[in-house]
Amino acid sequence: MSFIDFIFYIFAAMLIVAALGVITARNPVHSVLLLVLAFFASSALWILLEAEFLAIVLVLVYVGAVMVLFLFVVMMLDINVEQMRSGFVRYLPIGALVALVLAAQMIWIVGAVGPDILGDESLSQSVRHGADYSNTKELGRLLYTDYVLPFEIAAVILLVAIVAAISLTLRRRPFTKYQTPANQVKVKRNDRLKIMKMDAEAKE
Amino acid sequence: MLSVSLSSYLTLAAILFAISIAGIFLNRKNVIVLLMCVELMLLAANINFIAFSHYLNDPAGQIFVVFILTVAAAEAAIGLAILVVLFRNRRSINVDQLNEMKG
Repeated sequence: MSFIDFIFYIFAAMLIVAALGVITARNPVHSVLLLVLAFFASSALWILLEAEFLAIVLVLVYVGAVMVLFLFVVMMLDINVEQMRSGFVRYLPIGALVALVLAAQMIWIVGAVGPDILGDESLSQSVRHGADYSNTKELGRLLYTDYVLPFEIAAVILLVAIVAAISLTLRRRPFTKYQTPANQVKVKRNDRLKIMKMDAEAKE
Repeated sequence: MLSVSLSSYLTLAAILFAISIAGIFLNRKNVIVLLMCVELMLLAANINFIAFSHYLNDPAGQIFVVFILTVAAAEAAIGLAILVVLFRNRRSINVDQLNEMKG
């Protein structure tokens, strides 16, 4: 077993343990933190697969933005943990059974049938690139030439997500005091200012 | 232990996917954990894409991972926004209480 295999098994074990922790943790905050650990472990696996750009994006964008958003929402909401946990034991057998059958089927397909279909020789060896190969440059070249239209659509999807999230959570409270700039600008001097004429009074 | 190959990564992704399926069964009351399980499923799909991209020596698989990450981020943002509105109206995020629709 080479050193790369050792690294793979370490991070794969970390990923699976973290995923099991996500689904069984009693506190949702612990679930989010274990999910962050799972993303870190898979980011290390992606670096092992020479997808360096996506590994960094996974940590910076996904852990840094999306998971922090999850953490923010989980901590903001006041969740009754005990009520949420009811039914956990009741659904444990069926859930474990379905997961085991699903995993067994997929592993059987991959292990027994996969090599015959995919061609064992070409897929058992990984081709390592040289030190002058830039994963980021290669991805950028593909993204801005062959996949430029899907890239634009992805940008539009992000815009729609921004608009949807803001329009869902924005609310106007009826008793909030706020200023209307149009009315402020429209005001004339005569609406606000009144000049009183009065005679001078002698000092007592 | 076997040396690492494409099937190792596919097996890992299959196990991860099965774990998140089990999570959806177990935590069916808690919408936040359901969203996290969906994130784990997308991560399993991404691991498959990147493993195939590496072993087939074709960077196009990584492009798809970029798009999946985009869509997953949008999905998480909208899902959490819906969750916040739900909690604001009902003071709870229990799935069992969401049995009425007013349209």
